[in-house]
Amino acid sequence: MEGALALAHPDTGAVLPGVRWALARDLRLALRSRAELGVQLLFYVIVVTLFPLATTPERTLLATMGPGVLWVAALLASLLSLPRLFAVDHADGTLEQIALSPYPLPALVFGKILAHWLTTGLPVALLAPLLGLQYAIDPEGLVVLASALLLGTPILSLLGAIGAALTLGLRAGGSLLALLILPLYVPVLIFGAGAVDSARAGLGATANLSLLAAGLLIAVVGAPFAAATAVRIALD
Amino acid sequence: MASLNWFRYASPATFYPVAGRMIPWFAAAAAVLAAIGAWIGLGIAPTDFQQGEAYRIIFIHVPAAWMSMFVYLVMAAWSAMALGFNTRLSAMMAQSLAPSGALMTFIALLTGSLWGRPTWGTYWAWDARMTSELILLFLYLGVIALRNAIDDPRRADRACAVLSLVGAINVPIIYYSVKWWNTLHQGASVSVGAAPKMAATMLAGMLIMAFAAWFYTIAVSLMRVRAIMLERERGSAWVCALPEIKSS
Repeated sequence: MEGALALAHPDTGAVLPGVRWALARDLRLALRSRAELGVQLLFYVIVVTLFPLATTPERTLLATMGPGVLWVAALLASLLSLPRLFAVDHADGTLEQIALSPYPLPALVFGKILAHWLTTGLPVALLAPLLGLQYAIDPEGLVVLASALLLGTPILSLLGAIGAALTLGLRAGGSLLALLILPLYVPVLIFGAGAVDSARAGLGATANLSLLAAGLLIAVVGAPFAAATAVRIALD
Repeated sequence: MASLNWFRYASPATFYPVAGRMIPWFAAAAAVLAAIGAWIGLGIAPTDFQQGEAYRIIFIHVPAAWMSMFVYLVMAAWSAMALGFNTRLSAMMAQSLAPSGALMTFIALLTGSLWGRPTWGTYWAWDARMTSELILLFLYLGVIALRNAIDDPRRADRACAVLSLVGAINVPIIYYSVKWWNTLHQGASVSVGAAPKMAATMLAGMLIMAFAAWFYTIAVSLMRVRAIMLERERGSAWVCALPEIKSS
């Protein structure tokens, strides 16, 4: 019943202020603990560095594997940072106060997701071309890789928010979150890593990037409502 | 028709005896159809001139693969009802279907790889259908694991309902993304390709087995939902008034 309420909130004028408020608050909190953000980015860099050590430093093979490795590492980095989205606010009771506020909850959740992406997904996407150089990906491939990550990482934050809200306060939180969310990430992984592959094969990356953009639009429309419903379920 | 109140059967107290009366019929239908289907599949259907006797595994494999996808949709539909109408029984039905769906997915994967060994020469290939079936298994296991991680059954009902619905939207996207990924990486991969026109007896055997799998799933999930009802409503008056509870 709360789910239906979240969908049909009467006060539609408060949507944008709600997004802005949650975005500003979460950004301010994130920027106060810069060390934590740096550690998450370092995790991404280290995972990417391990693959050539585990397989081969041979340049043609690295160029073939590179996009996939960078994407899998981006998925893991996103997964690792997801608990931060709601868990801290849930633990100290802030989340309940947020849910009671007059702003519509999906708008607040969307603002939080946006802040999460700006502090985790965006740095990963911007760092990827640099790491792609280590994998001998050509300049065009690097541009495609960065654009695919710019379109794909927000989907990871949006879908991940649903899983993060569903597993709030559960004992097996972390590994359970991986089981719930990683299968849902599969299309993003395929289209994202496939963008560089098809560009290298001379097919052009337009189809993959368009599909990622379509997925992003669907996720933007649907995920905040699903995540807000999940937050209400967790707070009951 | 207007006088028929569907919500009457949404009450566990009303549905419990109804389900109990339905189980023997579905179970008997499943047993009879499975026997006929196995007789047609193993005895009457001709040997395939390309694949030899190995093809006979489709009489289990194809029904299981159909059921694995269909059960997920039914589970998502019950979940939507649980969220929309806030009916307890809908969530219990979704809960009782999840293990059957996971079992069907597992059978489809297992028989598929056993068939792949003599036909393709490998137990596993990253074929689009096999890969999306594997991801479907992960989705089922995710729903079951989330259910087990939450102590409060009402919260578990609604959390699993949200997860099932998100998964149901994703299933077609996953299927097409995997299919497209597979065609892009064609290489030395194996493909069933355009199946040769199937003999009528083979098709008949497969359809009968599909109905057997269907009735089996209904019978088993009804049995499971009865157990769930008893467990969750153990303190209520209608459970205490049941003859089988009183006598024990």
